[in-house]
Amino acid sequence: MSAVDPHHRPGAEELLDVTDPVGAVSLIDQADHHLAPGVAPASVQDTVHRAAATPHQAQPYRELGLKDDEYARIKEILGRRPTDAELAMYSVMWSEHCSYKSSKVHLRYFGETTTEAMQATMLAGIGENAGVVDIGDGWAVTFKVESHNHPSFVEPYQGAATGVGGIVRDILAMGARPVAVMDQLRFGPADAPDSQRVVPGVVAGVGGYGNSLGLPNIGGEVVFDASYAGNPLVNAACIGVLRSADLHTAHASGTGNKVVLYGSRTGLDGIGGVSVLASDTFSGSESASGSTARRKLPSVQVGDPFAEKVLIECTLEAFAAGLVVGIQDLGGAGLSCATSELASAGDGGMHVTLDAVPTRAEGMTAAEILSSESQERMCAVVIPDKVDDFLAVCARWEVEAAVIGEVTDTGRLVITHHGETVLDVPPRTVAHEGPVYERPLARPDSQDALIADTTASLARPQTGELRELILRMIASPNLCSRGWVTDQYDRYVRGNTVLAQPADAGIIRVPSSSAASGAAVVEGVDAKDDATTVRGIAMATDCNARYTMLDPYAGAQLALAEAYRNVVSTGGVPTAVTNCLNFGNPEDPAVMWQFSQAVRGLADGCALLGIPVTGGNVSLYNQTAGVNILPTPVVGVLGVFDDVTRRILPGIGHEDGETLLLLGETRDELDGSEWANVVHGHLGGVPPRVDLDAERKLGEILIAGSRDGMISAAHDLSEGGLVQAAVEMCLAGETGARLVLPADTGLDAFTQLFSESTGRVLVAVPRTEELRFTEMCSARQQPWVKIGIVDAGNPAGPHLEIQDVATFGLGELREAWEGTLPALFG
Amino acid sequence: MARVAVDVVIKPEILDPQGKAILAALARTGHAGVSSVRQGKHFDLEVDDSVTDADLEEIAGGLLANPVIETWTITRLDGTADGAPHAGAPADAEPEAAL
Repeated sequence: MSAVDPHHRPGAEELLDVTDPVGAVSLIDQADHHLAPGVAPASVQDTVHRAAATPHQAQPYRELGLKDDEYARIKEILGRRPTDAELAMYSVMWSEHCSYKSSKVHLRYFGETTTEAMQATMLAGIGENAGVVDIGDGWAVTFKVESHNHPSFVEPYQGAATGVGGIVRDILAMGARPVAVMDQLRFGPADAPDSQRVVPGVVAGVGGYGNSLGLPNIGGEVVFDASYAGNPLVNAACIGVLRSADLHTAHASGTGNKVVLYGSRTGLDGIGGVSVLASDTFSGSESASGSTARRKLPSVQVGDPFAEKVLIECTLEAFAAGLVVGIQDLGGAGLSCATSELASAGDGGMHVTLDAVPTRAEGMTAAEILSSESQERMCAVVIPDKVDDFLAVCARWEVEAAVIGEVTDTGRLVITHHGETVLDVPPRTVAHEGPVYERPLARPDSQDALIADTTASLARPQTGELRELILRMIASPNLCSRGWVTDQYDRYVRGNTVLAQPADAGIIRVPSSSAASGAAVVEGVDAKDDATTVRGIAMATDCNARYTMLDPYAGAQLALAEAYRNVVSTGGVPTAVTNCLNFGNPEDPAVMWQFSQAVRGLADGCALLGIPVTGGNVSLYNQTAGVNILPTPVVGVLGVFDDVTRRILPGIGHEDGETLLLLGETRDELDGSEWANVVHGHLGGVPPRVDLDAERKLGEILIAGSRDGMISAAHDLSEGGLVQAAVEMCLAGETGARLVLPADTGLDAFTQLFSESTGRVLVAVPRTEELRFTEMCSARQQPWVKIGIVDAGNPAGPHLEIQDVATFGLGELREAWEGTLPALFG
Repeated sequence: MARVAVDVVIKPEILDPQGKAILAALARTGHAGVSSVRQGKHFDLEVDDSVTDADLEEIAGGLLANPVIETWTITRLDGTADGAPHAGAPADAEPEAAL
């Protein structure tokens, strides 16, 4: 919902009196929710006929977010003014959120840089509800990240909860069983007063919905930065699994096929902006009686995860029984989006009767029914012979369903309400041929000063100060344990989770019962094959927005590199990429420059690594009081395992005396680092160098090492550098270690410990495998250095000793690392 | 000292999953004829005379209720009848919005 002003918090105080209707008496009547059941609203509504007869009636198109020229174009397409329902549909479908009008010209670059080799495993790509990749043995995986930023600021719990619900339905619409979720969260400063409202609300919402739904949350991100203070980012990811043969795409084909709306009833929630159709057209006086007053409708929705759970089972059973031709989830823009996209992608015609839509409120107008964002609804296209079977499946799951229309060959989307035509449009003009903007973009003049302001001028600590610094850094909000967040999520439900937070990537087995085919789809009926399945998938998502601010092209590639490295650090083979591009105001040329650079960086990076971008999401207008967020292109990498029992753990402690090797090169790269942020509040300079060839080589070594059992633990180095990785490996494995920093690097201890050079992974190798592993590295020109040993036998208890720097008991480290978020948020 | 009751319910336009579940349970247990259930929370407050209606409004809207998705009514139980009109529920609150 990109266009929502983040400062607009629809509160109870916003009561709009509906008064003195001019030419809109009927709207008031229909707006009256006190009508007794069965009492039909007055018959006059804004029909196509009426629109043609009243060409000059003023319409609140600006309040609905349409520009003058966009409104003019709608009139040109229709040859008359739009009806209220048409205006509601066009305005929401032509919004930034739905039409990608600012980003489209740049997103094309993803397609242009995707080679045939990269497409080989791609079954469905950009433009579908979610991308689908073949992972072998007839299995396919679909995955996607989507933003729910603005709703989560307005109402943190429900905003985050319905964000999870929305992405799960996207995955479901591909015919896949959703098997895991992840969340990428960004908040204002951890100690800011509003964070006390937003952070616990969002985290509880993610957990409350996902846990109730019975989906494991296997990872994600939590980042704090002042730029997100009035505009938190709540991105939600979902992974689904299906048999390749069962892939379904959203389209409405076959004249005469029926359109079925099923799931929860359609209510007045989430209508938000469309309220102006019923309010702003009425001007000012206080003459209307209180009983007909139309309140400004809330733009938030409350989700019902239990309704979503039966919707999943019901949908998968209908898929398995071959009852559906096409399917579409209802998310942003509700029925407007579902009907126009289904019709546009199919044979091009559809007739829908809104009277058939089961509603929760009396007397909803056509525009309200079409715009409602009530949760937990889906739309299916079913051949006439199968309608009874489809409805029977819905009934079995106690899911309400109604035939609301049928596919036609007219090339028009026609919608009737109370027997009158309220909408008659060419569907492609709504869904796929919306406005496209070549917005001006310009590298801001301030960028040079930002890059010139490096960390060279910042005071660096003496070796004697490092002990205190290490404790301070691991306790800082962006480096401390995410346990307070992830412990509120169910990570192991369904029993297929191999690794979850705090591992680098989440891993789940691909369970046989996830097949959307045959009887196996019914839970519990066919779980016997599960024990033998070792195929699995890994997913990691990352973005360092500070780097992206310094260099958006490199920053996007750094996000890709880190997610890639996280996947290979567990032994997974990177296979596909998705993204969620969160940026500021696209009308600011500097933001469009950041956006275009990030897209190019990510696409070029994927081409170098040879893995395709299968889909993504764009969220613009993320700003607070005119200040844009740090550019935040979240990148997700999907990895595949032939055998998840070969996964590499993040914690050391497999056996005493194992060798710790640092793979990759360490340079003096502290610009944009977490150290500069925590100690100096500084952001400037040049981000760490990107070397995707080195990342790929590192990946090949880790994957080979995992397959051959040469690596017993691995953890990638990113924010916080070497010392952060070492602390986390010790704490995850509850085992001590001794580190000896190499003396011949020309870098002091501080730089070696805190530099954020990329392409580095800390690994533990059994002594019996050390020679074989290091020879493999040397043979492949992979830089490596022996940096310490696993020390499980310290009589004084487990310690992390960094020779000539400091020694810590693990208890002391744990207290610092784990104490921060509970102290802030209880 | 005075006793004050604050009743909080989800706004009528917004889905009430718990009310929906109760409605379904009523049907299952043979209680026919109930067509809608909206559930909410009830608070009993004991306050001294220094607490004004405006204070109560702030307490209800700031802590007891979530003004984004809920409405509330404040009732002084001892002596003076209710009266405090408030932002949460307009005078024409839906019948099912009142407990």
